[in-house]
Amino acid sequence: MPKAQPDLPLDHAPATHLDSVESITAGLAEVGYIASRRIATALYMAAHLQKPILVEGVAGVGKTELALSTARLLGLPLIRLQCYEGLDESRALYEWKYGKQLLYTQILRDHLGPALGDAPDLASAMERLEGAGDLFFSERFLEPRPLLQALRTEGGAVLLIDEIDKSDEAFEAFLLEMLSAFQVSIPEIGVIKAITPPMVFLTSNNARDLGDALKRRCLHLHIPLPDQKLEERIVAARVPGLDGRLRIGLVTFVQNLRRLDLRKLPSISETVDWARALVLLQARALDPALVRETLNVLLKFEQDVVAVEGKLGELLRSDGDRPV
Amino acid sequence: MATAQSEPASRVLEDFIRALRASEVRVSPAEAIDAHRALAEVGFSDRALLKDALAVTLAKDAEEVRRLDLCFDTFFARRALGGSETAAPKGADLEEMIAADDRAALAQAMETAAGRAGAAGIQLSTQRGLLARRTLDEMGLRGLETRIAKLAESDAAADRALAERLSEARTALFAQAAEFVDRQARLYAGETGRWLRDRILATQAFTAVADEDLRAMEALTRRMAKRLAQRYARRRHRARVGKLDVRHTLRRSLAHDGVPFDLAWKRQKIEQPQIVVVCDVSRSVAAAAQFLLLFLYSLKEVVKRLDAFAFSDRLVGVNDLLDDEKVDDAITLILERIGFRPTDYGRALEDLFDQHGARLDRRTTVIILGDGRSNHAEPRLDLMRRLSEQTRSVIWLNPEPTTYWGQGDSKMDAYARFCRVAKTCNTLEGLERIVEDVLRTYLPR
Repeated sequence: MPKAQPDLPLDHAPATHLDSVESITAGLAEVGYIASRRIATALYMAAHLQKPILVEGVAGVGKTELALSTARLLGLPLIRLQCYEGLDESRALYEWKYGKQLLYTQILRDHLGPALGDAPDLASAMERLEGAGDLFFSERFLEPRPLLQALRTEGGAVLLIDEIDKSDEAFEAFLLEMLSAFQVSIPEIGVIKAITPPMVFLTSNNARDLGDALKRRCLHLHIPLPDQKLEERIVAARVPGLDGRLRIGLVTFVQNLRRLDLRKLPSISETVDWARALVLLQARALDPALVRETLNVLLKFEQDVVAVEGKLGELLRSDGDRPV
Repeated sequence: MATAQSEPASRVLEDFIRALRASEVRVSPAEAIDAHRALAEVGFSDRALLKDALAVTLAKDAEEVRRLDLCFDTFFARRALGGSETAAPKGADLEEMIAADDRAALAQAMETAAGRAGAAGIQLSTQRGLLARRTLDEMGLRGLETRIAKLAESDAAADRALAERLSEARTALFAQAAEFVDRQARLYAGETGRWLRDRILATQAFTAVADEDLRAMEALTRRMAKRLAQRYARRRHRARVGKLDVRHTLRRSLAHDGVPFDLAWKRQKIEQPQIVVVCDVSRSVAAAAQFLLLFLYSLKEVVKRLDAFAFSDRLVGVNDLLDDEKVDDAITLILERIGFRPTDYGRALEDLFDQHGARLDRRTTVIILGDGRSNHAEPRLDLMRRLSEQTRSVIWLNPEPTTYWGQGDSKMDAYARFCRVAKTCNTLEGLERIVEDVLRTYLPR
């Protein structure tokens, strides 16, 4: 059975930004993120259905950036949890400050005698000790990790669980309670509920298949490599110093590159990096020599660089109808 | 909320979800509820927005997004959004509609009739004829037919001309109904049909798989290997959780005056499976070899330490081929290079020891895929014995049934004595089960 979702209005965000898909698109553009319609819709649905978004796509396509921009747009703090193999709840959710607990017991040992000395019998001493024992498992000794921080931030937060596919399946299962009910259970303290449900982004590179249970609790957003128009707008927003005609030529070149059979296709971040490099080099046009020298910004494998160098003339000619 | 929606709107969504399931987008009831909530948020008015909203709530990977886009376009191609089915002119005269050439009314009547005939409940493509006929009956075809018969017998030329026209229209109507039901079949019949086909393929002998089923079989093989991978990965992780290492912790605590600040955890070492697969690709097992290789290819992605060999008369390592090439190319290349020649098991065993002898140790499991037919060459049972003594276990999978073992040039019965497991395996399901057993034996209890 699906659990009932808390049907609260989202009170943390400046609501105007989340009113419609259009206002989200516009708002994201203001903070420098050019979103496609589907991305904006996903954000809209996430805010109104109060569900996490699972963002998938190849590396460098703007998954993490989306979460960062959303935090900027909503003016909320961003709490980031980077996943890796072996990540467990003590690093993700909370940890007892074991050292501090030990230190305190050592220091307080001397006070123990006087405190318990006037107890009439063993049973009452035990009673007293038990009350003190609970002290050591109180919030004072709780080290909050990103997930707990996100739940306890007043006014809400944007929680980014980055590269969830790198974590173990056990951790994924552990996240389920957090993602569906925005609460976590800590055995010694009890259930901690979110003060304001955070906006949650999970990103995945598809290093492994995620479990159905996790997918079911999330909205799914796949960010594809952008088409020519969108990419031009992205480059324009990110690298404003680039000349307009050069921008078109550059994006066309990258788009053509993506049609080749390469080991790693250049994604948006590579395009942006390349555009920045060209600005730094004060390039006026895409001539073969320049492209050859800067190709390593776009392509991350030696084989790819070699393969593309051979076809460079052809690639640069194919956008000959647009003089650059 | 979903309850606030109008009845027909939510029925349209239910139908759409059924269509999605048929095109292999898995939609659970909880997701269906989400879709209803999403629909309540965005409404039917903006189709692009609705499509995006449904894609975000219902699809779970890039492939499913693509399928959903396609399905959305097909599904809503003709349907009036918001469900105008109730407005259909029930019982309107078929003849009048034909006479007036009112296509819209005809189309609407057909949709209503199809609804009554249960066309959306179609499960197998063989039901198409029946459902088309039923739809037409619901539209009042019988009445039209008697009318045509009556008019045709009439003396008046005008009546006969009318009969001609009506009968033409009837033929057109047949075609339309067939097309309509076809579309329903495309939308809804996929689910059950595909499930049946996969069941049959999984249990069918490799040799009996028809050419047109090859693609489906390949997809199935890959899926099975992937499932295996996931199950296997999960077990490995579970075994990794450690316990407190008391001895170590105490020793470390000495530095802190006996206070255990530094905790040490026990780690369980997990033996990596080391698997050597030897695959016969000779003429006698040609049909099975393709699938064996395909499975090998998929398995290679699961098990890190897998060494693959293929042979017919000589043995060749195929690791690099499986690593570097795409699956189809790899299989073609292997078969080209060494496939389809007469088998020589004795020679292959020799080669195995020559090329790989040093790495055949107590941790290695050897899986041999082949029929054990050696063309009366020396079977080298001594090498087989050495193999079984040197390695953890030898598993022999033979596509031939047990009754054939030892008949003709088969040395299978002799080889089988040295194997821990020697089994007939000529179906995908069998293959999956056996490989899973192998993987499991490596994992700590």
